[in-house]
This record gives sequence, C-alpha cells and structure tokens, in this order.
Amino acid sequence: MKVSLTVNGRRHDVDVAPNTLLVDVLRGRLGLTGTHVGCDTSQCGACTVHLDGRSVKSCTVLAAQVDGAAVTTIEGIGSPDALHPMQAAFRDCHALQCGFCTPGMIMSAIDLVQNVENLDERKVREGLEGNLCRCTGYHNIVKAVLNAAESM
Amino acid sequence: MSDTGIGKSVKRREDLRFITGRGRYTDDVNRPNQVYAVFLRSPYPRARIVSIDASGADEVAGVIGVFTGKDLSADKIGDLPCGWMVKSKDGSDMKIAPHPPLAVEVVNYVGEPYGIVVAESLAAARDGAEVVATEFEELTPTVSVANATAGAQLHTNVPDNVCYLWELGDADATNAAFAAAAHVTKLTFSNNRLIPNAMEPRAAVASFDAATEEFTLVTTSQNPHLERLILSAFVQLAPEHKLRVIAPDVGGGFGSKIFVYAEETAVAWAARRVGRPVKWTADRSESFLADAHGRDHLTTAELALDGDGLFQGLRVRTRANLGAYLSTFASSVPTYLYGTLLAGQYRTPAIHVEVEGVYTNTAPVDAYRGAGRPEATYVVERLVETAARELKVDPAALRRRNFIAPDQFPYQTPVALEYDTGNYEASLAAALEKSDYANFAARKAASEQRGKRRGIGFSCYIEACGLAPSQLAIQLGAGVGLYESGEVRVNPTGNVTVFTGSHSHGQGHETTFAQVVSDKLGIPFENVEVVHGDTGRVEFGLGTYGSRSIAVGGSALVKATDKIIAKGKRIAAHMMDTNADSVDFSDGEFAARDSNQKLTFGEVAFAAYVPSNYPSSEEPGLSEKAFYDPKNFTFPAGTHIAEVEIDPETGVVDVVNFVAVDDFGRVINPMIVEGQVHGGIAQGIGQALLEHGIYDDGGQLITGSYMDYCMPRADDLPSFDVDMTVTPCTHNPLGVKGCGEAGAIGAPAAIMNAVTDALGVVDLPMPATPERVWRAARG
Repeated sequence: MKVSLTVNGRRHDVDVAPNTLLVDVLRGRLGLTGTHVGCDTSQCGACTVHLDGRSVKSCTVLAAQVDGAAVTTIEGIGSPDALHPMQAAFRDCHALQCGFCTPGMIMSAIDLVQNVENLDERKVREGLEGNLCRCTGYHNIVKAVLNAAESM
Repeated sequence: MSDTGIGKSVKRREDLRFITGRGRYTDDVNRPNQVYAVFLRSPYPRARIVSIDASGADEVAGVIGVFTGKDLSADKIGDLPCGWMVKSKDGSDMKIAPHPPLAVEVVNYVGEPYGIVVAESLAAARDGAEVVATEFEELTPTVSVANATAGAQLHTNVPDNVCYLWELGDADATNAAFAAAAHVTKLTFSNNRLIPNAMEPRAAVASFDAATEEFTLVTTSQNPHLERLILSAFVQLAPEHKLRVIAPDVGGGFGSKIFVYAEETAVAWAARRVGRPVKWTADRSESFLADAHGRDHLTTAELALDGDGLFQGLRVRTRANLGAYLSTFASSVPTYLYGTLLAGQYRTPAIHVEVEGVYTNTAPVDAYRGAGRPEATYVVERLVETAARELKVDPAALRRRNFIAPDQFPYQTPVALEYDTGNYEASLAAALEKSDYANFAARKAASEQRGKRRGIGFSCYIEACGLAPSQLAIQLGAGVGLYESGEVRVNPTGNVTVFTGSHSHGQGHETTFAQVVSDKLGIPFENVEVVHGDTGRVEFGLGTYGSRSIAVGGSALVKATDKIIAKGKRIAAHMMDTNADSVDFSDGEFAARDSNQKLTFGEVAFAAYVPSNYPSSEEPGLSEKAFYDPKNFTFPAGTHIAEVEIDPETGVVDVVNFVAVDDFGRVINPMIVEGQVHGGIAQGIGQALLEHGIYDDGGQLITGSYMDYCMPRADDLPSFDVDMTVTPCTHNPLGVKGCGEAGAIGAPAAIMNAVTDALGVVDLPMPATPERVWRAARG
C-alpha cells in the first residue's frame, strides 16, 4: 500500500506492506538510523519519535497509520552545529554513555518538557519511565532534562 | 594546565554523533546484496534432535537456505572454546562439555540455536523458520543449581554435572581459626541470576570476498581482536590474516559482548556458504534467551571472630551455575575473579573457599559487570554487617577495627592477591560524613512516626581490575595474555592518530584517551583522534572488560607516547645542534638546555617526515607502538552507604539516599568516572531490588521480556551522592585503577544490609521484591 508522510520536513511516498512498522520505514527505507530498536515489546523506548508533535514508540505504530502525518526523528531536531537545547543539555550533563537509548530518550524528554508544567525530579523520573537506559543510572539524564527545561 | 588535560571533566567528543542520531551501530550497517538470517532455537531445555525437515522452508519465497549444525561440522567449524582452564582441587582439569556453535545432536537450553535460515528479507527468513519441522525427543532437564549434582547428567563426559571443584586458601588454618573463635557468624544465601541487557541487542553483518578469501565481520563486540583470534585459532572459520572483525559503535556491553557466540560464528560461515553478505540482529527475546547471563551462586559463608571482634577466619562454600556450556570466560568468573577477593578490605588471616562449578540446562553464565567481585563483596559485607548486629557493635566500628591500615601496604592477602595501596578509613570516613550517619537514629524515629521502617547499610568493597600480569594468569589457566597494545602515530602536520586495543562501548575512550595523549604531548586535544574497534586498523588488542581500559590500555598509550617524546628529543637535538640528553620536552616544546633554541612538537613532526636537517642514525617518521603488561592488578575500593525507607503496607523499598565514596586512584575525567559509578550503582540496586532471571522447574525462562524481567527504570532510582578519595596506583604510569564496575560491586550488599536493618531480619533473598519485603515485614 502507498503511504505519504513527512519526515523531518521532507515528504516521502513509500510503498509498504500493511504490517510494516513505522520504525522499519524510518530505518530501512529512509536510512534514518538514529531511531533504534531495543526490544520487541514496546517497553524500552529507544525507537521514540514525534508524530504530529507528540512522542510515540515507532515500533508500535504501523506505517499505514501515519499516512498524511508529520514525523520528527532525532535527525530532525538539530545538528552538531545547531543543537536542540535538549541535545545540548544531554551533552553538557553527560547524560549518555553508549548512546543507544539516547535518541529515544531525547525525543521523550522534549515531549515531557513541552507538555508537563512545573517539572521537578519526580515528574521527570515518572515521565521517562517508558525509556530504558542501562548505562547512566538515569542520574545525569534527569539533570539534563531539568536543565533543558530551563532553556526551552 | 590546559582545560582538556588529565583530571579535567572534558565534554565527550563522541556525544555529538550520538545525540544527533549519527552513531553507527552494527544494525545500522548494510551491505549491497545482503541477505538476512534468523536462527532456529530450541523450545526445550533438553532434547535430542531426531530430525530437521526444512522442505517447507525451501518453498517459502525468498528463502535461500536452511543450515544446521551438521552443515557447520561438515565444513570443520570447531567448537566454541572456553578461554580459562580451571583445575579442580585434586589437580584434574575442569570438564569441558563439547559446545558446537549450532547444536548437532542434543539441545541443552531453551533458546539454544541449532539452525540458521537465510533469506532475501527478514520477513522471509522468519516465515521460513516458522515452517521448519523439527522433531525433538524430550529429555529430563536439570534446571536448578541446588539440584544440579543430583539431576540428570547433561554431558556424557561430565559426571554429576560438576565441571570443577576448585579451592583457594589454607583449609587447615581456617578450620583452626574457627575452632578457636569466640563468635561465628554464618549465612546461607543465593546471588541471583541476572540478565545483562545492554540496550543494543547483539548483531552481526558478515561478508566474504571470494576473490581474496577475506571475511569481514561487523559485530557487537567488546574485544574484536579476541573475537578474531578465537574464530581463527579455535573455531577454524578462517586464518587470522583473512578475517577482519569490526566492532563499530556498540550500545553497551557490561560483559555480555566479550564472548564469542554461536550467532556471529554461524552468520560469518553462512556468508561464505551463500556467497552474499549476511545480516542478523537479535530481537530482545533472543537476547534474554541466548546472551550469557550473570551471577547465580548458592553460598554458605562463615566468619570467625575473636573476643575483640577481630576477624580470624572466613570459610566459603559456593556452588556456581555455569549454564549448559562454558561460555568464553565462564570458568574464571566464580574462581579467580571471586575467591581471590574474599579478603575484602580486612586483615582476616585465614581464608578458605571452595567453589563447585556445575552445568545446568540453562543459558551459559559468564561475566556480567563486576564478574565475581560483586558476589565476593556480597559474601564479605553481608557477613560483616551481620556479625556487627549479632555482637551489637556499630558496623562502621567493626569494619574500622579490621581494616588493613594505610601503612600496611603492600598487603599480601591469604587468597593470592597483593594489594598495592589503599586508604579504607578515608573513604569510610567521607561516606559516613556524607550520609549524615550521626543523625540516622533521628531519621529512623521520624520514619517510624509515619509508619515506615528505615534502615541503613554499609558496603566496604574492594575489586581487582586490569587482570594481570599475563605470565601469572597463563600459569593459572588463562588462554590469552592480559596486556594491551597502543600506537601513537604522529602525522606529518603534527596531529596525532591514536590506535588502541581497548574498545569503547559507552566508556568515552575517544575523549579520555585523547586527554591522556594530548596532555603528555602538550598538543591541543582536538589534534588527537582515537581509533579503536577494528582489527584492520588496530594492530592487536584484548579489548575492554574488568575495568581494564585506562589502567592497561591507557598505560600502553603512555608508553608509546614516551617513545615518541624520546625520538622527538633525538630529532630536535640534531636540529638544535645539541645532544638528546640536553633537550627538555614540556608543553609541546622541545627546548635545548644549553641555548635558547626551541622547536615545537609540530616542527619536529614535520622534520621527521621531511628529513632534510635530520640525524642520520634515525629512521624517518614519527610513529611508535607499545604493549603494556601490568605488573599487578589495580585495587579500587570504597564505601557505599545505602539508606532505605520501607512501607510495610506495600513492601516497597524506597532508596532514600545512596552515598558512594570510591578510590579509583588518579582520575582522568571526573565527569565520565562519576557517570560510570552512577550506572554501576543502578545495576547494583537492580540486582538487590528488582532483577532476577528465573527458569521454571520445566526449564523455561519465565523472565524473557521487559514485561517480566524488572529492569531499573528512572522512577525506581534516586539520584546518587558520589565522591572520591585518591591513593594513586603504585605500579602503572598514570596512577589509575579503573572505575567501571565499582557501583555494581558495592551496591547490592549496601542495599541488602539496609533492607535487613530496616526489617530487623537476618537475611532476605535478592531481589528484595515488594512481596518478599511485605512478607518479611509481617514477620
């Protein structure tokens, strides 16, 4: 089936099987390998992207569902020369080690900052409960999100 | 001193690619014309393979071939070896079960691979695997470690499923200490089985060039050179010079990516067989089933004390689950990485440990962050805390009374190790201060007013990092050396490419190693590039595990850098018309002591490659290699103090404060080191409160997904209070010790000491789940 979607501001028309997942379109068809797959039960959050401005786990969205929608991936929020404040905060606070969970974590964190008022440590921890990180113990991730919330 | 030198919290250079989605992990690699692999895995814990009928798969569109263990055997693909020969106390060799990459006759754990389906697409490979009809004859499995020796025998060459019965220490002296003891504290407990769960699942992309007969294997490895060595020398896949192993960005390892596994072996073989690149990426379910697991001990431990509360003897009996086969370093973890650490920070004069390594019908068990040392710390620190409670002595005071004092180093323990340096009192004192131990009683009373129970727990751990030296380790059964290689290649324009055999999969070596080399050479940090993870670019290496990278890999780079400076002095001396002994090198400048002449590092580098005014005795070029073989382990140590508050109505344990004061020797990048400690603590708290790999009685893994295996999430953990004390390592050039595992080593005992303190119980099994805690709270 044919699906039209806008990814990071660019329109793409793809022909996919009905059971194709959004994450497979992003990684396999569009070469946007910044979005990762870390599990098969929608638990780890490494595949988190924004769909029409809200964070979703792209392993749980069918490509067929996003016809006409706008998707933003980690590649679409900033570049090394012009980092998104959340990207900058992750770097400044050493909120990543192996980097595998990081794109999903950043996309979730941006959604969190944009949609939850008066963030504090507890709210950040609860808000990121759907994103697993095995390296950082979350300590510096929480710090980064609170820092970015100040500047966003 | 520059702001990027040794000791500075330099922001990581690798971050820019990771935070912008430009990291390049194995699954991001695609080859032209590639095909996809899916593995056939055993649904049974123990069964005979009667027949495999692949005719159905052959009819699925896109399926190229279904291959089994017999196909690999026919191509003379060898067994997956275990790299450490442990001897039993009677002098006999450990009993090694044959371990073909793909099972041929019998499968021995759920998830064991016995075939590989290769197809044009992943979907076709999956569809093909679905319709392969395999007939199994189920056999009685031996699942639990407690019943391992009485259960059905897994391997014909391993009676009673005992791989080895190993011992260390002086049994007679230890027994005598117990006979004379004023008090004996005894505990029996398990160390729960864990599943490592690096966030990036294992993956491999293999290609074979028929023209040159060269393999290229891109895979998720912590040590690509070791992978190449094993695949060549033991598995016989290809000669070493015809095999290139690349470990690109790797998304965490924690030990689980040290090992050479069946999957990458079979994928590489298949690439040659089908004549096209083959790609495989584990899904998380496969990771749970077939990554090597960690821990899984049953232990009885006793501590003998005299009338003054001085430790006189320690006796430990452990049964360690090795799983169905010996993974790459499985045999060494519950022996040389465990028994040798049982002295802890204390002067206990007599120690004896016996470890029975057993096979069971479960996934192989091998090193997982800490590897033996968390288990040893748990034994010692649970015993010491319990002894303090039994004797009604302050647990900090009892520890102080038994610490090895700063003036007693070097200190020879009764379990083989010689500690070079340390100051245990300093880290304990700092941790007591930070945790406000003095006011704990008031906080406990306040909790009780709110119907909560508060507890505090200590863990004064020691670890041995940078396993060494090679000669000793090889005498004790290691199959490889334990050195590291480094190369510092100065380019003609004066910038530097550094090649290291260490591998970074989150540790930030591209930053810290550049800090070390730029600091030593007095050149800008930006001018140093660090290359790792590719056998085609790096000469040799043993990779990253056991917190060895900076202590061993970093030291190799210092050695190579020293050679660069020495050659630079000889070149500069010629250019400045003096002799090399009269040239000083500092801050990137060669200065003649007997004149006012100076040359920059860049000028000397350029002269080395454009040798006009150049010493005739020197070869052109400025590139040096070094191998560094440590003289001893390093011994990081510290005190972790956990404070918990328990709600007796729900059994939920809230970690309200976690203090870690660690001595890692000299620190290259404090920001990175603190991050390593945070991550280790999280895994340690995970072991104590949340994580448990469980097989049911029938041998099925019932914690095989993130719905069932309780990974620590952001809202399960507190922020941590981390600090450091410093006693520089005495025997490596940087004075460094290593920091990667400390958190995972110290935290479990601290948490469980706090939980048992809060509940007023002697012991509780890990993980202290709400159900267990709730039941214990009800008495």
